[in-house]
Amino acid sequence: MTADDAAVEGDAPVTVDATGLLCPLPIIELAKAARGLGPGTEVTVLCTDLAARVDVPAWARMTGNDFVGESETDGEGVALTVRLR
Amino acid sequence: MFLDASGSSPMTNRTLEAFHSGLADGWADPSRLHTESRRARQLVDASREALAEALGSRPEHTFLTQSPHLGIERALAGIFTARRGRDRIVASAVERDATLHAAHHLTGGNVTTVPVDRLGHVDLDVLAGELAVPDVALAAVQHANHEIGTVQRLDAVAEAAAAAKVPLLVDATASIGHGPAPEHWDAMVANPADWGGPAGLGVVAMRPRTRWLPAWPEGDDWAPGGLLVPAVLAAAVALQERLEQRDATQGRLRGLVDRVRSTAATWPGVDVVGDPDERLPHVVTFSCLYVDGEALLSRLDREGIAVGSGSACTTSTLEPSRVLAAVGALSHGNVRLGLHPGVSDADVSRLLALMPRVLADLRAEAGAPEL
Repeated sequence: MTADDAAVEGDAPVTVDATGLLCPLPIIELAKAARGLGPGTEVTVLCTDLAARVDVPAWARMTGNDFVGESETDGEGVALTVRLR
Repeated sequence: MFLDASGSSPMTNRTLEAFHSGLADGWADPSRLHTESRRARQLVDASREALAEALGSRPEHTFLTQSPHLGIERALAGIFTARRGRDRIVASAVERDATLHAAHHLTGGNVTTVPVDRLGHVDLDVLAGELAVPDVALAAVQHANHEIGTVQRLDAVAEAAAAAKVPLLVDATASIGHGPAPEHWDAMVANPADWGGPAGLGVVAMRPRTRWLPAWPEGDDWAPGGLLVPAVLAAAVALQERLEQRDATQGRLRGLVDRVRSTAATWPGVDVVGDPDERLPHVVTFSCLYVDGEALLSRLDREGIAVGSGSACTTSTLEPSRVLAAVGALSHGNVRLGLHPGVSDADVSRLLALMPRVLADLRAEAGAPEL
């Protein structure tokens, strides 16, 4: 990630609620949400299937986007964030 | 068409004949003194000798046990017990569950896993750093990975272990019979079923210098309750046959895997996993975006094609494959191929021709966006 990339401001951040969904559904929902959003937009997926912690970074790598990181959520599960290119 | 020959492989006629003759001639308990038992014992001894030679071991330091899983457990426990006062085990992140579970059980959870890179090679700097701490009882690093095929750089691994004077257990259950046996180990485990022998047998080789103590009630008996003599004979014959065909068969299978790797890499949303060069000749995994592993395997099974999978979805444990997670691959939609000598070029062509349509169908069913 370069300074130029960080400077690209995308659309407002988007959250995808994939809690309760099993793999590969969380990244299918992520991919659907990502369509039509501009470069630089951050998309966060809320997941309870822990396989998503592996799948979301792999999805970002395979589709040419950036994985930003993982954070805790209020409930169970994790929030996984990507930045679109 | 069976393309899941990793861990088990169809037996050839010669192996089946050896098994049958083992049943006819080796039915007696090999531990007794009469003629019938002596004949059974001779079959076991001759087979052990052949297996030891293929492993680069000595017969008197080559132990047969009832499964590779048990062999790993006992080799770990035996060495660990002899290393009194050192209570930690260091293992690569891509070891088999058998290894990691046994290590956790022995140490009460005092296990350090060493990460691997995207191709599956263990991080040598981290490994050397861990081994330098004097509480390490032993290191466990596999020769080759059963899911992604990557072959470890064992010369460097063994150098790090030797520098720290830590014994190295090498799990060679995915590699023996598919290429040269590894040279760098203090203890090694092999799986006859993986090279086309019968299941229900494991082989452990120890270097004469390797110290181990029986951590089990049967003393130096590695196969309490006795071995299935025909299985031992068939395992040795199957390995002999693989070694005889080695150059021709392995070259052909390596070429087929190259073809699978290069073709699958052109399919949209497909990631080919593992080292393209430093790998087993016959194993390859690719992972497919937006596809449920169970649906993929079932669909191929209906087409008459048996493949393997590392998918969380198919093992229903909800825990993604540790190996695939360690190399950053998808947890789902994985196809693992294990090619055996009976697989033809046409078999692989048929799979490669079918896959793009199967993937498109399954993605459409799942409502996945276009790639």
